[in-house]
Amino acid sequence: MEFGPHLLLATLEGAVTAAVLALTAVGLSLVFGVMRVVNIAHGEFYMLGAVIAWYVAHMMGGHPALGFFLALVLAPLLVGAIAVLADVIILKRVDYDPERTIVATIGLLYIIQQLTLMTYGPEARPVEAPFNSRIALPWFEWGENGFQFYYPWGLSTTSYKLAVIGAAGVVLLGVWAMMTRTKVGLLMRATQADRDMALAFGIPVERVYALVFGIGAALAALGAVLIVPIQQAHYLMGADPLLLAFIVVIIGGLGSLPGTVLAALFIGLSDGIISVFFSPTLAKILATLLVGLVLVWRPQGLFGTRTA
Amino acid sequence: MTASSRVIVLHLGLLALLFGLQFILPAYHHGNLARIMVLASYAVGYNILFGYTGLLSLGHALFFAAGMYGMGLTIQHMGFTPAPALIVGIVAGAFVAGALALLALRTVGVSFMIVTLMFAQAGYLTVLYFGEYTRGDEGFVIQQAQRVLWGVDLSNATNRYFAAWGLFSVSFGLSLWLVRSSFGRTLIAIRENEERVRMLGYDTYKHKLTAMIISGTISAAAGAFYGLLFGYAGASFASVQYSIFPLLWVLLGGAGTVLGPFVGTLFMFYLIDLSSGITSAYLLIAGLALVLLTLFAPQGLIGEIRRRFWKNLP
Repeated sequence: MEFGPHLLLATLEGAVTAAVLALTAVGLSLVFGVMRVVNIAHGEFYMLGAVIAWYVAHMMGGHPALGFFLALVLAPLLVGAIAVLADVIILKRVDYDPERTIVATIGLLYIIQQLTLMTYGPEARPVEAPFNSRIALPWFEWGENGFQFYYPWGLSTTSYKLAVIGAAGVVLLGVWAMMTRTKVGLLMRATQADRDMALAFGIPVERVYALVFGIGAALAALGAVLIVPIQQAHYLMGADPLLLAFIVVIIGGLGSLPGTVLAALFIGLSDGIISVFFSPTLAKILATLLVGLVLVWRPQGLFGTRTA
Repeated sequence: MTASSRVIVLHLGLLALLFGLQFILPAYHHGNLARIMVLASYAVGYNILFGYTGLLSLGHALFFAAGMYGMGLTIQHMGFTPAPALIVGIVAGAFVAGALALLALRTVGVSFMIVTLMFAQAGYLTVLYFGEYTRGDEGFVIQQAQRVLWGVDLSNATNRYFAAWGLFSVSFGLSLWLVRSSFGRTLIAIRENEERVRMLGYDTYKHKLTAMIISGTISAAAGAFYGLLFGYAGASFASVQYSIFPLLWVLLGGAGTVLGPFVGTLFMFYLIDLSSGITSAYLLIAGLALVLLTLFAPQGLIGEIRRRFWKNLP
């Protein structure tokens, strides 16, 4: 393949990564924005989403679409419930102290990961996509015969991958609508702006916190269900999304949702493109260094605005 | 006996006990204790920054690995003998700690934790990236012939125990001396209220910088000794887990106590050792311990003892 089609392919792969990454990162960002805590176990909620999706699809049988769509509903709900439980049992009792929360969520990470290892096992298991037709993509060039279209070998995507991108867009719009257009969103924004004042106005801050933690985890799980037909469900799969989501949230500006989505697009696309043309390890080294340096010199994030 | 000399006797007593134990312990526990003393030195280094200065780093594996690879790579690829290789490892750790401190100390709180985490992760990936020299995850073995320090074969169990005891005594003693000195007391004051210490005219930045370099250097020494004594260097020692472990040990034993890191390491080591008979998912124990500690005993074991019985334990 020539450079042009190759780049288009890398961009498409990157767009799928970016779509799922945006869901995961918005979940993390929501938790950070409203609750002011960093959830290290976020990647494990993602992993749980994928594993539950496998269980659901495995038990359903029948047409693969049936199991998949059921998983799409069940996995985020279950993972959200687990997260709410973790919030009530653990985070509430350490009073959302930022440092103790990090230590506790590191513990939670190991607990979830190892329990999955003990029950689900170390294998990577696939979930069948509900629909998966190959779509060949055209490429054009100015040749000897003038402008012409042709279908280069290997330049293709699948209907499922395009659907993932579309679904992520719809969900992100939904989150945005929830935050800006509904009563629940208003309560969340009030809590984010000033916790004590919200409490004084009778907003049940603790319930808002539990809800936000649940929604954040559910978004990660949803992203994982979408990706699991392309990748596979594995008990260690949470590490990379966690790191990438961190990078996105920090670069996008801590707690800013539009910034997070923009950064997810930027990181997802560049990750796809860099990984195709360069070593993935090198790409990760550069990305982690970038995050560290951004935090040191621009703690408000690349797209964020400085707040007092 | 005055309060101060009772403290000295208690801590020297632990070192004497560890020295004596080696003549009576069965081989299995003898080997374990040597390992625990090296890891406890790592925890002692971590405790200086976390327990006494109040800076929670999630990137100490970077220093541990700097020591280990500074030592291991010079032996493996440049034909160094152990003594200069150890020095290279320790100096490398001090240098890396200084560099990271210059960057990370510009941030506070959660940002400090994430910055240290990110740089340690970059360090881990760098080890993988240069797999040609480091052999990545697989790691490399340091041959027995390369582990003879001044005519003493460190692969021999007794010699290894002595070397581990020596390392632990030095870091433990240093830590005890440090936190009783005026410098250490200033660190504790910074942990309690940095603003006030700065108001009193102390240069808190310089104190934190020095604390981080000392902490990183001790961690690097532990890493270098670990590689040399057990004859292996691998990328897993640079991974996030090895940044979490000293945090766990120190929290368990008691942050901000001199004895805490050793007690925590000893407990955790045997907890995992015993549980490995039941399940291979030993990290589950580590996770449960972290959650339970943050919920119920943020002071740790020695911290509880200090709170209840011995108020002026350092």
